[in-house]
Amino acid sequence: MESSQQPYQGQPVAARARATTYNCMRCGKFNELKPREPIRCFDCGYRILVKERTKRMVQFEAR
Amino acid sequence: MALEDRNRVVILEDRVENVSGAEFPLSFDGQETAFNMESFRDSFDIKIIRVTPTDIEFDLIGVDASIANALRRVLIAEIPTMAIEKVYMINNTGIVQDEVLAHRLGLIPIKADPSEFLWKHDGSVPTDQNTIVFRLDVTCEVNRAAETGETDPKIKYINSAVYSSQLVWDPKGDQGVRFESNPIKPVHDEILITKLRPGQTISCELHCEKGVGKDHAKFSPVATASYRLLPEIQILEDITGDDAELFRSCFPPGVVDIVEERGVRKAKVVNPRKDTVSREVLRHKQFEGKVRLTRVRNHFIFNVESTGAIPPETLISQALDVLVEKCEISKTALAAAVKNGEEDE
Repeated sequence: MESSQQPYQGQPVAARARATTYNCMRCGKFNELKPREPIRCFDCGYRILVKERTKRMVQFEAR
Repeated sequence: MALEDRNRVVILEDRVENVSGAEFPLSFDGQETAFNMESFRDSFDIKIIRVTPTDIEFDLIGVDASIANALRRVLIAEIPTMAIEKVYMINNTGIVQDEVLAHRLGLIPIKADPSEFLWKHDGSVPTDQNTIVFRLDVTCEVNRAAETGETDPKIKYINSAVYSSQLVWDPKGDQGVRFESNPIKPVHDEILITKLRPGQTISCELHCEKGVGKDHAKFSPVATASYRLLPEIQILEDITGDDAELFRSCFPPGVVDIVEERGVRKAKVVNPRKDTVSREVLRHKQFEGKVRLTRVRNHFIFNVESTGAIPPETLISQALDVLVEKCEISKTALAAAVKNGEEDE
């Protein structure tokens, strides 16, 4: 009950700083980056990183 | 067309004559040349020339082109084999796109006896009786053991190339026991599927099903299945001396030999099968009227190359079984049609 009585303050709920895995396009290292962190590979310093592909299964016909 | 020429296709400088068969009544001034069972039984023959684990060469003698062609087409399109049909891609970060990778996987010949499996019809669920499961899980990494400055990707990286040998068979149900003596695997181990670079990974499950070549070429059990007519070189007038030498050089090695008869060197045809029928002899003036190139219309030289899933000799007997089955279907259909026709009258 208490939470529903709390007035909305117009402030977004601070999201937990979740680390996401990015793949360095130069050296292939997987980097755990948090939001607002500089986009830079820890190993080689390359600035182009790509997100990992979804692990969701996709079905194909081998034709 | 002369009667003795009825089974010969005549090859001339600029054209091919006498192409169609004449196995119908009265095509030679009252001579009976129509098909009859007795003479067929006498002339029909199959000679196996060469069998290797992947190839077979055999002669089919005394049949019409329609039969030979039916056999060829059955070999290509109507003998079942197993092939990868469904690809469940869990992860693929390589450069080859999912669809292309799935297509490439489908074309890999699988060494599995198709007679051990049932057909998987539309809507039926995969079981151990109709599906073979493979897994492919590969990740490319940098090879720490490689020297710095190494440029060969095969040494520099681990799993830089994915080969068919990396497909792992996952036996379902009693498959492990059923195929214990002959484990299911791709026919060839070194088929390149794709290439990877460090950090790229492929993870997928592959389901093989039973199918025939007319559905998709990946199911075709043969790499080539073709026939040609037996070449024949008729020497109408003796070719002697230097001309014999020239005559021999007009054919591939082994076709013509030179024999000495009473001190005269004479050209003699020893193995016309090897001839490519290039018609080179017909270009030389000195052989005009002395030689005649023909092919034997009812002598088919079959060359069948198996993909490796089914041995070539088994392939032929299976093809003949399919052909017989087709004839049975036509026979019953014709009988039914005749019966219906009689009822209508």
